Amino acid sequence: MNLFNIIEEIENVDPEVYGRISERRDVIKNITSFGSKVALAALPFAVGTIFKKAYADTSATPSVIDILNYALTLEYLESTFYNAGQAKGTALIPAAAATNYFNQVTADEKNHVTFLKGVITSLGGTPASIPEIDLTAGNGSGNGPFKDVLTNYSTFLAVAQAFEDTGVRAYKGQAANILANKSAAEGIKPGLYQTVLTAALSIHAVEARHASAIRSIRGQTPWITSTSSLGNDTGISLVNANYDGEQNVVQGGVDVTTLKSATGNTTSVAVATAAFDEALSPDQVLAILQGTFLVKK
Amino acid sequence: METESQESILGAGMVRRSFLRYAGIGVASVGLLATAACHKDHSVHPTSGTIDLGATGDVAILNYAYALEQLEAAFYLQVTATPYSGISSSESALLTDIRDHEVLHREFFKAALGASAIQALTPDFSSINFSSRASVLAAAAAFEDTGVTAYDGAGYLITTPAYLLIAGKIVSVEARHAALIRDLITPGSFAGPDVVDTTNSLNKSASIADVLKIANGYLKTKVSAVNYGYTAS
Repeated sequence: MNLFNIIEEIENVDPEVYGRISERRDVIKNITSFGSKVALAALPFAVGTIFKKAYADTSATPSVIDILNYALTLEYLESTFYNAGQAKGTALIPAAAATNYFNQVTADEKNHVTFLKGVITSLGGTPASIPEIDLTAGNGSGNGPFKDVLTNYSTFLAVAQAFEDTGVRAYKGQAANILANKSAAEGIKPGLYQTVLTAALSIHAVEARHASAIRSIRGQTPWITSTSSLGNDTGISLVNANYDGEQNVVQGGVDVTTLKSATGNTTSVAVATAAFDEALSPDQVLAILQGTFLVKK
Repeated sequence: METESQESILGAGMVRRSFLRYAGIGVASVGLLATAACHKDHSVHPTSGTIDLGATGDVAILNYAYALEQLEAAFYLQVTATPYSGISSSESALLTDIRDHEVLHREFFKAALGASAIQALTPDFSSINFSSRASVLAAAAAFEDTGVTAYDGAGYLITTPAYLLIAGKIVSVEARHAALIRDLITPGSFAGPDVVDTTNSLNKSASIADVLKIANGYLKTKVSAVNYGYTAS
């Protein structure tokens, strides 16, 4: 997160900020001591900012804190979703599925939230606050296209799958941005780059484990099996954007369908798309989530 | 007959043909590894049968991935060629899918690395009973979980953004495989405490040395990474 922007926001909320602290750099030094007031004051604007700054593939490189707050925002969404589902008990989730699957997934997402907040704080950043969420994808109306998400298990599973597959894509889209911050991270603390990148990849792998399990519960292949024209293999057209791009078959300049397979001289589109998961940029994630699951005022 | 089937499974004896095939997509290969010099330092040591990943850098890491994908591909080719007793149609379909993904990962790295690729490795699966579901799935889980820890643990060593992205595209598929195999063994173990930290829910990651120690247990051609601090014994 850009500290100077934060300070401007503080100034908007607390015009006396410079009166109370003589120098601008002292504001930066003391920013964590403002504690919750800063967090509460600065963050209502933050969701869109976080997404916009965490661009995966444009010229502006987000900072490590931007990237971590972006990840935190997505984890808040997942964690809120599973907590709400679990709270419904067996009225929503069959007991065996809770025992075998959703207790684990819910705990993991909660742990990811706690972990990311801890890392952001330890780096002197301010963790993003939890955004306003509408699990029906209704932008706050509670009456969106998934309005039975907490009363109909099949809707719950469909949303869970979309969240997990999208989460995998979102983390993947940040790996190169973390690499772009390598020098900056090493300047803060030697070894920090390895720590942050490895942590991001490791959360990414856990999201993929969740996606695999939930897809299996839904009777789908654990991997995303696209056609040449449609990335989305869920059978739910509402989530086409979440899967758009998964139909890609060109990796590192190589059309992998031209490579030999176990059974022939070429590889099918189904195998080629399933063998490689694709990334999403924050722009794309924002377009999917904001105004639907994340309330946009 | 046995030798022939082993050869086709392992890709051994296909090096020359593969070279000719991939000579044809040299342009595509250049796109990925434009600066890859022809590394001679991972040639086979004739007495030890050991190869080395060579100088530190992206080529070494891609060859590391290539070595692991060769191992996985060879394993699943054997699994589908000699299915374990009592295999269900759904398990057969899933394992065939995984085989196809691993073969494609192997072929992708081979194409991408071009002349910089390490040789085809000869596996040693003598510790696996391919007629036993339990033995096969336990080995599959070990390969997949190790693969995930390997990619997660080596990501930071990659210096080129495009390669890091590709590693990311593959590791999440390996994690999908791992979760499925684990659930076939024990439902609900897809993110179990032996692979995912129970406090922060991060997947475990592993060093090149730790991973190659495991992989070499399944390889006749041993893989070293001397410049990353590991010499195969």
